[in-house]
Amino acid sequence: MSQLLEVSGVSVTFDGFRAINNLSFSIGPAELRAIIGPNGAGKTTFMDIVTGKTRPDEGRVLWGERSQSLLSMSEAQIARAGVGRKFQRPTVFEDQTVADNLMMALKAARGPLAVLFWSPKPADHSRVAELAAEVGLGDALARKSGELSHGQKQWLEIGMLLAQEPQLLLVDEPAAGMTLAEREHTTRLLVELAKTRAVVVVEHDMEFVRRLNCKVTVLHEGSVLAEGSLDHVTRNPQVIDVYLGRSER
Amino acid sequence: MRAAVAALVLVLVSLLPLAALAQGDPQVSAAQIVENNRAQIEKPSRQTIGPVISALAASGDPQAVDILTAWANRGLGLRKSDGAFVLMTETADGYALRLLDGTDAGTAARADITELRPNSGVRGVIANALVQFQLTDPDRARRASALTTIARDPAPELLEPLRASLEAETDPALRAQKDRLNRLLTLRFDPDPAARIAAIDSFSGDLGLDLRAALNPLLATTRRAAPQGTALEGNIARELDPGSDLTETEAYDLLVAANLAPARLTPAELKAALVANIVDGAVAGIPLAELNTQAARNRAYTALEVAGLVPIAATDEEVTQSVAAHRFFETYAEADASVTAAASSVLSGIEIKLGTMQMADLTLDALSLASIYFLAAIGLAITFGVMRVINMAHGEFIMMGAYTGYVVQLFIPNYTLSLVVALPLAFLVTFAAGVAMERLVIRHLYKRPLETLLATFGISIALQQLAKNIFGTQARPLTSPAWLDGALTFNDIVSISYIRVAIFVLALLFLMFFLWLMKRTRLGLEVRAVTQNPSMAASMGINPDRINMLTFGLGSGIAGIAGIAIGLFAKVTSELGNDYIVQSFMTVVVGGVGNIWGTLAGALMIGTLQKGIEWFNPSNTLAAQTYMILFIILFIQFRPRGIIALKGRAAGD
Amino acid sequence: MTRTFLARNPSVLIFLLILSLFTLGVTVLSEAYGIAFLSTSFIKTLGKTLCLCLAALAMDLIWGYAGILSLGHMAFFALGGYMIGMWLMYARTEGIVITALSNEALPATAQEIQNGIAAQIFGVVGASELPGVWLFAHSLPLQLALVVLVPGLLALAFGWLAFRSRVTGVYLSILTQAMTLALALYLFQNDSGLRGNNGLSGLQNIPGLDGVSQDRISVWFLWASAFALGMGYLLVAWVVSGKFGSVIRAIRDDEARVRFLGYSVEGYKLFVFTLTAIIAAIAGALYYPQAGIINPAELAPIASIYLAVWVAIGGRGRLYGAVIGAALVSLLSSWFTGGRAPSINLGFYTINWVDWWLILLGLSFVAVTLFAPKGIGGLFDLLQGLRSPDRKGAPLGPDDGALLEKEAKE
Repeated sequence: MSQLLEVSGVSVTFDGFRAINNLSFSIGPAELRAIIGPNGAGKTTFMDIVTGKTRPDEGRVLWGERSQSLLSMSEAQIARAGVGRKFQRPTVFEDQTVADNLMMALKAARGPLAVLFWSPKPADHSRVAELAAEVGLGDALARKSGELSHGQKQWLEIGMLLAQEPQLLLVDEPAAGMTLAEREHTTRLLVELAKTRAVVVVEHDMEFVRRLNCKVTVLHEGSVLAEGSLDHVTRNPQVIDVYLGRSER
Repeated sequence: MRAAVAALVLVLVSLLPLAALAQGDPQVSAAQIVENNRAQIEKPSRQTIGPVISALAASGDPQAVDILTAWANRGLGLRKSDGAFVLMTETADGYALRLLDGTDAGTAARADITELRPNSGVRGVIANALVQFQLTDPDRARRASALTTIARDPAPELLEPLRASLEAETDPALRAQKDRLNRLLTLRFDPDPAARIAAIDSFSGDLGLDLRAALNPLLATTRRAAPQGTALEGNIARELDPGSDLTETEAYDLLVAANLAPARLTPAELKAALVANIVDGAVAGIPLAELNTQAARNRAYTALEVAGLVPIAATDEEVTQSVAAHRFFETYAEADASVTAAASSVLSGIEIKLGTMQMADLTLDALSLASIYFLAAIGLAITFGVMRVINMAHGEFIMMGAYTGYVVQLFIPNYTLSLVVALPLAFLVTFAAGVAMERLVIRHLYKRPLETLLATFGISIALQQLAKNIFGTQARPLTSPAWLDGALTFNDIVSISYIRVAIFVLALLFLMFFLWLMKRTRLGLEVRAVTQNPSMAASMGINPDRINMLTFGLGSGIAGIAGIAIGLFAKVTSELGNDYIVQSFMTVVVGGVGNIWGTLAGALMIGTLQKGIEWFNPSNTLAAQTYMILFIILFIQFRPRGIIALKGRAAGD
Repeated sequence: MTRTFLARNPSVLIFLLILSLFTLGVTVLSEAYGIAFLSTSFIKTLGKTLCLCLAALAMDLIWGYAGILSLGHMAFFALGGYMIGMWLMYARTEGIVITALSNEALPATAQEIQNGIAAQIFGVVGASELPGVWLFAHSLPLQLALVVLVPGLLALAFGWLAFRSRVTGVYLSILTQAMTLALALYLFQNDSGLRGNNGLSGLQNIPGLDGVSQDRISVWFLWASAFALGMGYLLVAWVVSGKFGSVIRAIRDDEARVRFLGYSVEGYKLFVFTLTAIIAAIAGALYYPQAGIINPAELAPIASIYLAVWVAIGGRGRLYGAVIGAALVSLLSSWFTGGRAPSINLGFYTINWVDWWLILLGLSFVAVTLFAPKGIGGLFDLLQGLRSPDRKGAPLGPDDGALLEKEAKE
């Protein structure tokens, strides 16, 4: 069966500390997956490896139908290949307008010269307006993104991710700091997105994960502890140990 | 009968003074020799006086030594009343006189005596002649000084007296010295090759400068040329291949010098010859306007040669032919092949040892440079490494320390005491300056490192100009105490000045101080805590403001002490800091930020590198610095975080 | 939405208008073409100032927009000057040598002319042969190409090395400073082929213009400098106005995030670094014929730091700010250090500005950094009544190099 992303036998060590230990993980082309795990389980490092920020000491990370290795690619190349990443903290370019932010993220040639001579077509403007409307920023196009509220920034960032049209979305704790209504909106959006592309959600909040209603991977000490439906993994005694503290053996 | 002979001799001597004297007739007294060569002695010249002095020395008359000594020391004069030579001893109101035979001649006023003042060349010849007497002089100091004279100016005729004096020498040190000198003179001047070779071999393994000075002339070579097919004359060092060992031009110049080929025309000479032969606006039928290429000028000259108007000169082809028709070789100045072979084998042994010694010396140099960079950089490593603050004014803190030392010396003339006062004072001054700067400027810029760089740069130019306004642009001395003068000498090659040793020790002390401070004290613990996580540290009751202030002050204070160390061997100017700031930054960056061992490694690397490059290209320290910086830029490629890098999350990216 | 570039950036038009009026005004006041109110040397100073403004524009693009504090752009400036200086010196010496040789009985050979030039130029460093770097010095077009190529390629090579290894922030600044120092030290050597610390001189004499007086040439150079500055301003304004400008400002504020958008940050930095190096080099090529002399001291790292100082005082991140800063500070500098500023007598001490100007500059620089991060350009915001939202001074991006909110508002 063809997988979109296949991570196998990956390990990485920081100053003697094994952050990721022989981790294997794969996800299909249109799948929603939640990754949970206690602090220090290696969730963020895992994302760093997939997006090219951290180079693993060993292992393979293969991508797409042609099974390209992501390990030899730079962050920008990986992003262009179709991996989008949303950070925990909203990171938008606050000095620039919402429209500029979205325009920058819009799928187009990324080389310096191409960008220098690029000028927006009417279609691009309408696409930006459309995206802004989709994330609820339709009337804020000309505002500086630094003036937006925290939630609005999150939406802008998601809008930018959508503009990139990635095949795989890595989302780091999307629900952090959101109101209940915003969470529900987010859940609907993620489920909707996962129909056309792969979405990996890293999350702490079990309730949120339950609402996503998808396959769950539990990470612990840098490797996969359990995988399956949320109900399945929450019955796993090891997972209970990890989350609730180890009882007497 | 005797009187008659003496009279005859006297006549002969007066007729042929030098010839007679050269025989060293024991019958002739020193006084007579002097008398007979009156003209020469009154107006001596270095070129011609030699035989007279030799005759005196060889006369066997014990008075001769006195006369020669007096002459050399301007104690020989002429009594104006009768023109007699007298030996003079200065007294309060004139001279006490003796005649040349030693008899007392009363006193004389200064005005009555014409002093003889031989020039230094002549005095040198006299000194050489006296050496043989001094070698056996009962006074040890005189014997020692004679040996020094011989060593400085060895001559073949000194060999015999030296050997003769060897057996009688009682002082062991002098005996050894005499023996060494004897062998040195033997290897150069002994007529017997076997003795020379033995002398050379006896030096195997020796490194002395005097030995190298004695051996090198033996191996000096001259380039010569000879026609192909003839046997090469002389003690051949090696044959030269034109084109690889020497250029064609050099080869041809040798031929011209040896009269084996006609001289080549320089373009200027050619031009002059053509100009001299301009006839009706043309040279040899070629119009002047066409003579604007070298080829046309050559054609014109050849035409003139054919017409016999100018001397034949070698053309380029002839030069090539002549060079091909000759052999070129180097011969030793020393004729005896076995001697040169022995000398070159001993010398190459020396060279290998010398190379090792030079490496050792270079290592010492590099180490001392490294400790200077370490001292200059350690304060920076604290401010930049621990606080991530670029302090462009760090160099000016170094300068401030150096000027503090200078000012203290103005008030405390005792150099040792002033140094003792200046070191802590410099620390205090720059500590205060650092704390003030941190409070007033840097505190507000912690999140904006690029602007810290520029703001501290503003402070740097202001401080530099302020120093110029106060102390002027000329260099001020910071004198080291006498006990730091001189050098720790291991042998002729390996030595290091005491100032540099002191700086090395100072650097070590600071390394230990820093380690102690960071690892063993409360302050160090708090500094490390603030470095890693300021807000967490703050919530645990540490005041980050206070820690930052102290850390910055400490870094600046150490810069002040480094300033004194640097001022001791470099002149104190307002640009003192400028010369070290880039190297200091390089040291910190190359070593790796946030780690004292990294700074040490960086200083060692940069010091070694700079000395190493200087060794390859000693004439050009500018080029050495250029290449060093290029190397560092490349080095950053491979280790962007420095030699000792923090990895992983601690690296903070 | 699809307005033209100039319509979207009215400040460019205003700038060009002011620049034209300035040039016209100076021409009218000049000795050669007007009422002779301004001396030739002052017109030269103004022309040089325009070149410095162009260099400051380049600095603003690389620092104010892309966030790279390069301490090496004056090295590119000086390199541009060296490249044009080589032709100026060669061509002028050639004329002198040919005149001298024409008095001789034989017409000169090419080799003799060459030797004569070499002896004239390099006698001062004890050499008599033209070094290899002077290979193209006889040709103006080739040497003009080198004005762009040499600094451009140097910037490309250095930038490639530095950006590839992800050296950023203060590290990069120090590295560029080291590069500048290395270049200066190299040029200080006599055997660098560029006359060591003597540098190149007599550059104000333009070959082929022997009959034209300096007061005319000075105005011509003023025109050329003004034209170059205008073109440079247009180019830079165009570069920063579109998506490219968005990307480089984004790189300044959060370069990691830009990578995850799929832009190769290194490529953009390299492009901007090289482009600005070339702009600086062109500015230098116009500057040194007006200055008349160039030597390695012009490359000293401190010159590049001054460039940063001008931009910071003028207000980085806005193009007119860089121009204002460079013009104001460099003119003030020459006024103070030229001894023309009146001394201040305090009774117990007389402040002689030649000695105290640097202190004033250094301290005012600290003050600008601390209290007016927007520089003089910030005054324009005050005039327009623009205020930025108060975000308690939080940085705009997570990177330490990012702008703070209060200084980012344009």
